[in-house]
Amino acid sequence: MRLRRIVQRLKNHFELFGLQPAYALAIDQLERAYHEIQSRVHPDRFAQAGDAERRASMQWTTHVNEAYRTLKNPVQRGKYLLGLQGVDVSFETNTAMPPDFLVQQMEWREELEEARARKDAAALDRLRARLHADRRTLEASIAERIDGQGDAAGAADLVRRLMFLEKFDADIDAAFETIEA
Amino acid sequence: MALLQIAEPGQSSAPHEHRLAVGIDLGTTNSLVATVRNGVATVLPDEQGRPLLPSIVRYAPAGQVEVGYAAQAQQSNDPRNTVVSVKRFMGRGVRDVGHVENAPYDFVDAPGMLQIRTAAGVKSPVEVSAEILKVLRRRAELALGGDLVGAVVTVPAYFDDAQRQATKDAATLAGLNVLRLLSEPTAAAIAYGLDNAAEGTYAVFDLGGGTFDISILKLSRGVFEVVATNGDSLLGGDDFDHRVFCWALEEAKLPPLQPRDMRLLHAKAREAKEALTYHGEAPITARLSGGEFIDLKLTTEVFCSMTQTLVSKTLGPTRRALRDAGLTVEDIKGVVMVGGATRMPQVQRAVGEFFRCAPLNNLDPDKVVALGAAMQANILAGNRAQGEDWLLLDVIPLSLGMETMGGLVERIIPRNSTIPAARAQEFTTFKDGQRAMSFHVVQGERELVSDCRSLAKFELRGIPPMAAGAARVRVTFQVDADGLLAVTAREKSTGVETSVTVKPSYGLTDAEIERMLRDSVEHAREDMHARALQENRVEGERLADAVRAALATDADLLSVEERSGIGRLLEELRATLAGSDHRAIKRASEALNRATEEFAARRMDAGVRRALTGQKIANLGG
Repeated sequence: MRLRRIVQRLKNHFELFGLQPAYALAIDQLERAYHEIQSRVHPDRFAQAGDAERRASMQWTTHVNEAYRTLKNPVQRGKYLLGLQGVDVSFETNTAMPPDFLVQQMEWREELEEARARKDAAALDRLRARLHADRRTLEASIAERIDGQGDAAGAADLVRRLMFLEKFDADIDAAFETIEA
Repeated sequence: MALLQIAEPGQSSAPHEHRLAVGIDLGTTNSLVATVRNGVATVLPDEQGRPLLPSIVRYAPAGQVEVGYAAQAQQSNDPRNTVVSVKRFMGRGVRDVGHVENAPYDFVDAPGMLQIRTAAGVKSPVEVSAEILKVLRRRAELALGGDLVGAVVTVPAYFDDAQRQATKDAATLAGLNVLRLLSEPTAAAIAYGLDNAAEGTYAVFDLGGGTFDISILKLSRGVFEVVATNGDSLLGGDDFDHRVFCWALEEAKLPPLQPRDMRLLHAKAREAKEALTYHGEAPITARLSGGEFIDLKLTTEVFCSMTQTLVSKTLGPTRRALRDAGLTVEDIKGVVMVGGATRMPQVQRAVGEFFRCAPLNNLDPDKVVALGAAMQANILAGNRAQGEDWLLLDVIPLSLGMETMGGLVERIIPRNSTIPAARAQEFTTFKDGQRAMSFHVVQGERELVSDCRSLAKFELRGIPPMAAGAARVRVTFQVDADGLLAVTAREKSTGVETSVTVKPSYGLTDAEIERMLRDSVEHAREDMHARALQENRVEGERLADAVRAALATDADLLSVEERSGIGRLLEELRATLAGSDHRAIKRASEALNRATEEFAARRMDAGVRRALTGQKIANLGG
């Protein structure tokens, strides 16, 4: 209840951590602000306080954790930032992806399946390295589109691609699980 | 010249007053209690100077309960009534527990958690654990010369909600105020990190008597942040003993053993395992009750080959933890070894090879968890010393979710989420006029409900009749700083609010806990009124102290009227604390709590604002 009041006064997660709303952000600065706030609101600081303060501390900490998690993750940060600008990235409503991107995704999936079948951990590692390089390039493009050109609507498509890549990352994890089992 | 004493949150407002608090490592094989004295964490030994308490409880036929070495001495003579490794049974059913056929107990399967029939009646693992905790509590009170403000009790990081709740219940039953449930590897990281002023990313490899945890932590500027954790809550030194036991059975071509011989041979197997840490071979000799004599020789080579699968079972969770953290072995600065089972050379070797660095063994692997817990207990009790400024950020080990159509799991809070955490999800009715909805809360990583642990089932009733899909039921999962879950379901589309909150309890209801409390001899002897008075007084004094400290630092956040209102209620509470009416104390405490709610919110606000200001200044400077 009270948390909502305070959060309304802080316009968004970026402001909570004293940051400018932008896609490119200094992760170490975010982390430092997160630690700084947690060291003031965390339940461990209020173990001997009254019920009211302990409750407020728990609500604040929960909120700060959620905000941090959102901003730290490149996909969540993109969705959140575009949401602030009124652009809904929601995946279900728009699945049209450029054909060359989809072709590449299919090729990667085939490689993943082959590596899984061969129980080839080195091949999975190589696939992961390529994926991560692609993710970094894509994240830089998103930053350029949102922060540089102020084109939120145009960035939505790129964030959706990033969601694909994140999902693929999780699929690589799953493949490792099966070959290690 | 300081005219005004300024207390930071969490810092004692009266520095001279040291509050007695302990850290307890409730282990599978051994348990310990530690405290911070004069700024140094130390393990409290028993009267004979022994630091460890074997986690063994015997319910003797005459009705007395023996705990520790006394029970250990009788374990072969009275195996049915002597419970060892009870931690393996916490929050578990008979089906969940490995090699039941070799355990000499008379199990009673109960919903949620198994029970054991003993000479003193049917006992839940919670009650058995409480006996161990009571001994440690008495040991601490005797050594420290007073009542404890509370205790931090450690649990394996990979313990699920049921196992954590069972541990907390056991502590409550033992008359302990639980300041926090703390993950064992995290406790070890505190002890190691503070001792060595460590900075960077570390792994804690914790192989105890019955559980295995691997945690990846980031240590930076006094913050201990768990990035990922994984493990196996049914893997530990016990399993190595069991391999040796099975090998001995086979080598000596023994028929199925009687319970007492089973215990004897298990004890001999453990001795041989421990001897192999320092010697190339170890004898296993025993005379069984039928007169047979066993005389075997176990070599390191044979031992290593028969336990190789156990050692490699630790590497799967280790890989998963690294992957969840998004790290590789190159990113790990050091591996802290915890738990007695990490003494085995083949474990040391496997960890060193995996991480490509020598494991860190500079702390006693048996004591490090209790020491870290004591440090955390000291802070939570409000004994934070000047300049002592560190913070723990821990995670939940397993995802929490709900059953959806087709027996599938909808994940609500993913594993490795920093706690406290909350997440809400909306559900709706699928039939016209549906008046109730049922929910099934589960924990685990699998897609199918049947492969996850069931935590609770509950119903939300009294939904006003509407068309299918019109009701909006918001289900909120809240995990607190102990890693314990509460679930709330609320329907509010019509403005008529109907809600239910569930704390999963795994077969142990509040009424059962109350019964256990009544049953326990110690509490029966106590005057219930005296106990209520004592509890309310401690609570009331804590609150009065906290409000006084808050007024000393942040009175400017209040208007003159608000300030005098709170001051008046504080005075009233003080007056009741001088008397002996426990209900009056409780009423006055509640009134003060209500009146300070707004103040508390403003103080949090101000704290965050200060944090941000400090941040901006730091950024300018940097």
